[in-house]
Amino acid sequence: MFGWEFPPHILGGLGTASYGLTQGMWQNGDMDITFVIPKPWGDEDRSFAHIIGASQVPVAWRDVSRDYVEQRIGKLMDPDLYFRLRDHIYADFNYMRTNDLGCLEFSGRYPDNLLEEINNYSITAGVIARTVDFDIIHSHDWLTYPAGIHAKQVTGKPLVIHVHATDYDRSRGNVNPTVFNIERDGMIHADHIITVSNLTRQTVIEKYGIDPAKVTTVHNAVVPLSRELLDVQTQKPKEKVVTFLGRITMQKGPEYFVEAAAKVLKNNHNVRFVMAGSGDMMDKMIDLAAERGIADRFHFPGFQKGKQVYEMLKASDVYIMPSVSEPFGISPLEAMQMGVPSIISKQSGCAEILNHVIKTDYWDIDAMADAINAIISYPALYRTLREEGLAEVAQITWDKAGKKVIDIYKKVLNR
Amino acid sequence: MKAVSLNFEIHQPFRLKRYRFFDIGNDHYYYDDFLNDDIVTRIAHQSYIPAAETLLRMINDTKGAFRCSISITGVAIEQFEQYVPEFIDLLRRLADTGKVEFIATPYAHSLASLYDPEEFRQQVEMQCRKLHELFGVKPKVFRNTELIYSDDIAPQILGMGFKGCITEGVKHILGWKSADYVYSAASAPKLKLLLKNDKLSDDIAFRFSDTSWDAFPLTADKYMDWIAATPPEEQIINLCLNLETFGSLQPASSGILQFLEALPRFANERGIEFWTPSDAVSKLKPVGELAVVHAISGADEARDTSAWIGNALQHEALDKLYRAGERVRLCEDRRLKQDWWYLQGSDHFYYMSTKHFADGAVHSQFSPYETPYQAFTNYMNVLADFLVRVDEQYPLTIDNEELNSLLKTIRNQEREIAELTREKESMSKNLEQYNIEHQLRDKAAPEPEKPVKKTRAKKTAKKAE
Repeated sequence: MFGWEFPPHILGGLGTASYGLTQGMWQNGDMDITFVIPKPWGDEDRSFAHIIGASQVPVAWRDVSRDYVEQRIGKLMDPDLYFRLRDHIYADFNYMRTNDLGCLEFSGRYPDNLLEEINNYSITAGVIARTVDFDIIHSHDWLTYPAGIHAKQVTGKPLVIHVHATDYDRSRGNVNPTVFNIERDGMIHADHIITVSNLTRQTVIEKYGIDPAKVTTVHNAVVPLSRELLDVQTQKPKEKVVTFLGRITMQKGPEYFVEAAAKVLKNNHNVRFVMAGSGDMMDKMIDLAAERGIADRFHFPGFQKGKQVYEMLKASDVYIMPSVSEPFGISPLEAMQMGVPSIISKQSGCAEILNHVIKTDYWDIDAMADAINAIISYPALYRTLREEGLAEVAQITWDKAGKKVIDIYKKVLNR
Repeated sequence: MKAVSLNFEIHQPFRLKRYRFFDIGNDHYYYDDFLNDDIVTRIAHQSYIPAAETLLRMINDTKGAFRCSISITGVAIEQFEQYVPEFIDLLRRLADTGKVEFIATPYAHSLASLYDPEEFRQQVEMQCRKLHELFGVKPKVFRNTELIYSDDIAPQILGMGFKGCITEGVKHILGWKSADYVYSAASAPKLKLLLKNDKLSDDIAFRFSDTSWDAFPLTADKYMDWIAATPPEEQIINLCLNLETFGSLQPASSGILQFLEALPRFANERGIEFWTPSDAVSKLKPVGELAVVHAISGADEARDTSAWIGNALQHEALDKLYRAGERVRLCEDRRLKQDWWYLQGSDHFYYMSTKHFADGAVHSQFSPYETPYQAFTNYMNVLADFLVRVDEQYPLTIDNEELNSLLKTIRNQEREIAELTREKESMSKNLEQYNIEHQLRDKAAPEPEKPVKKTRAKKTAKKAE
């Protein structure tokens, strides 16, 4: 498997989803999974997958001793593996910026020279593919498609790509041609494509011109929350709290939330709105809230991480995700796990599998305001959404998703 | 001797328009006229009118050997009066044959029987009045909303003067018993129960055009064979069908109307008669008592009331609604009363059912909403506005008890006035007699004792004169 993020060092939903899926597949048994990430930190959970960091894969020969390797990267990689990988260097990459072990440096994030990192990542994939024994290649999201294609070309093993998002979602239609080409290239070379929702599947088929027969939807799932997180304590304000959690970007439709909030506040003053997160539209949203004259009730606490997220949810009465285009959207599921009734846009992938939420069109601020009002005014609705939501989300587990992926593998391998 | 009793149900709710939270207190009209017009007119032309014409033909062709019964709700009648009055004429022609029995049912297709006995009584009476006005009939048999029935309701039905009641032949109540007999109610032994034959009803209602069904295609010949094949002691087969089945739920192209029309001929060949529920009630003796502790109905797999009162949403909505019952009945405002009836339609609560996966398919088929949550939100917004209006008439600051005592004073006052008037009249009569008797003797007759509120009593007395 090729992935870009892996918990606990994650930047978005991709890492959580890759992790959950890998674990879910492992739970189905009889799986030997190697997961390649650009840069491991050493504190990843390795119980169900072998983790190889691209930043520890030699692409240029260095005459180093076992002790030296042990001392340099022993925490991250078994020295034996290092030497095995070193035996499979397939070209001279000394012209590149390699370090004392002949490895390339990776940031493991989304830096400005992302395309270069993607390229480097696929170079190391060539070395790994020649070294490790496997039956199938699985690439998560466009960053790792070139690596998957490379591995497929080296070994002739089938390639499955996992589309967690497309550039159409990220850009509301104004795609970046470079990214589009990488994505399309991956889809064309793939033996099978897994999408996280039917919405994304439709995008893949229509916008990228892919044969529907080789695109299958496997919806994401959630890992059950630990007791510790479920029991977090917070100070709850005496007003009702409506929360938006996520990147404040065009894709997430934050302006619709502000407009809906303005509508609610016209009639109902016993509410506070929270837009937690950061992003390129944050300043604009602060302006908009001020313009609508609701800044005293509309709060921007900034980016929340780790436990803060759950504290935030615990203090909320309503969770809202007005995304314009959301391939899946894991956050409402997390809100439901915390027992927070959710309002989601019909344009998000998770709307396909969730029943006990309120769904509106992202542009329908009237309906959204209505739904917010209803949840905070009618206790029966709040209770039902909360309880049914908890029960529903408990059924959405990764081992079921993992089983579907394994079935796809079997189909691909038998061909 | 075997008989079939066909009962056709006709009901259409007043569907609500999309009513926003912001409309509460501002907009007091709740109905989606366009949608209601559209649905009622479409179904009437697809199904109700052709089906009723078929029934009329069947009655004429068989010279009256074919008989059946119709239960139509008041809210449906109101919509027909508004959108398809020709259907009312057709029903009148059916009533004029004397072969079609009209069955009483709660006016608003409500769940009042489970929540509010007084409301229940008023609605049934209202429905009977409506049927009498329109068709000149006086219903003798009762069928509750969605066949809901329980031991608690039975005495009330009997008390309203009904001899029989149609309900569902629920398996877990019947056990080894058959639905094809007349039973008596355990809590009101004089009330006879007619039980719907589930299997034979659903064969027509749900399976008629199902090509994957092993008995497909269903012909009238085959169907009457099945009825003839039931044990000879079983005398009455009650088939309860939504009239929409003929032409709408089962499309006309499936041949359902021809199937219906062919029934009397094949029944006749096998010596099977058609009875109305009243025939069954008067001709047959009950074979035993039937106790129904928990309310049953004809809906969903469970055949209980969970389709309407299954989840917290439905509980909340119904509680809030019926809590206002007493107050609304005190109101004189006609529009308010009308809304009160329309809002009681069981359909509104049916749309809120969250039993998604098993029975949910049927729920969503009839629902104008996308999700039960939307149904609840919309209904509650409407209800909130309605309650505001009720509050304006009788403020909530006065609690029910206080209000009651005030109203009692008002009512008692009337009674008191009437009493005093009577007293006064008798006294003045006495006085006259007294005067006549003593005219010649003593002119100084003693004044009779006057009531306390004599001025008022006098006034009313004068008015009465």
